[in-house]
Amino acid sequence: MPGQSPSQTVGPFFHNCLIRGGENSLTTPQTRGQHILIQGQVLDGDGQPVPDAMVEIWQADAHGFFNHPEDPNQAQADPHFRGFGRAETVDDGRFTFHTVKPGIIPGEQTPYVNVRLFSRGMLIHAVTRIYFADETGNTSDAVLNSVPDKRRGTLLAMPVESPGLPTYCFNIHLQGELETVFFDY
Amino acid sequence: MTKPFNSLDWQVQPPYLYAPYASTVKRSPQKPLVVVPQKMSELTGPVFGEVDLKPLDNDLTRNAVVNGEPIGERIIVVGRLLDENGRPIPNALLEVWQANSCGRYIHKNDQHDAPLDPNFTGTGRVLTDAHGEYRFTTIKPGAYPWRNHENAWRPPHIHFSVFGRNFLQRLVTQMYFPGDPLLALDPIFNGIPDENGRQRLISSYAHDITTPEWALGYRFDIVVCGQRETPFETKEA
Ligand SMILES: [Fe+2]
Repeated sequence: MPGQSPSQTVGPFFHNCLIRGGENSLTTPQTRGQHILIQGQVLDGDGQPVPDAMVEIWQADAHGFFNHPEDPNQAQADPHFRGFGRAETVDDGRFTFHTVKPGIIPGEQTPYVNVRLFSRGMLIHAVTRIYFADETGNTSDAVLNSVPDKRRGTLLAMPVESPGLPTYCFNIHLQGELETVFFDY
Repeated sequence: MTKPFNSLDWQVQPPYLYAPYASTVKRSPQKPLVVVPQKMSELTGPVFGEVDLKPLDNDLTRNAVVNGEPIGERIIVVGRLLDENGRPIPNALLEVWQANSCGRYIHKNDQHDAPLDPNFTGTGRVLTDAHGEYRFTTIKPGAYPWRNHENAWRPPHIHFSVFGRNFLQRLVTQMYFPGDPLLALDPIFNGIPDENGRQRLISSYAHDITTPEWALGYRFDIVVCGQRETPFETKEA
């Protein structure tokens, strides 16, 4: 049996290939559900912005369904929502996604967004999740409850004042006191 | 813990912190990773298809032509996308990007004093076919200097971004060329802890792919994590 191919860094020069424009918007006007913005900043161990990272997200639609054959509810999934997005970080390390608030996946307790973070200086991507601080189901989520109390907040996107769409802030700290909780399988 | 798929194999996958690659020092998570169950959100992933591709996406020698052919050694790269059980993964999206034959990227942060090629952007995309096979045509990339250490040069490489059947199989990696003396000196390549793993990222010369009077062929198979084959271990919910 073949072994896994090792990961290598995405490097600093991926933009022309991987970021062609618009990948950070997961929605069209027809996409069902509450449209939201998720904004954040990627920061290194010195608290300095990481201006050459790429954040990818994968999430359920507004009803908790995935447009994927593995999901028994695929037929009901929103045809106007692929569920995948990609954002580059810019000079101040900031990124933005225009998406919808995901629904709760059947059998689970609270909504969340899966995240893969790639960057120059990372030989392999980091895995995390965006939960929403205003969701009451968070207290019964097994993954959130498996995280040490004092680190749980790193997984919570906080609602922020915004003149437009409801907006959440989710910063990713690669290391240090505020290091984001990263996952393995 | 629900675990239908193999995890990342940390005997083969590079660590976050590998000090010889200096940029990892401040960008490496240091706290223990938290293991999560593999549920619906991990066992699904974005589905791509022909609608996501343009006709010349698989030919980097033609997809950016302005006033002539790109300069350099034309090559054909073929391979298969497999899981760890050796099963091919069809209809998977591969995105590739690379320097031109002089070792220069079209990018605002690439300051290497080497010429740009007006007829080459070094970006392409391809889907695997029903047998998990892919093929694209390009120009052999050049080596380029970087500032990691004194006289540091990246061995010629092609970057690959790979989507498998689900988000667990997501992989970004690089393809290298056989017999390259720069590989032994490269901290990115040598961040891979396992010799067999390192060898898997070196393509092989493929004379059967080489096309007379036209281009040399290289073969590069890619392996992503596979379904576990010991069902009793997955019963536990
Ligand atoms: Fe590169």
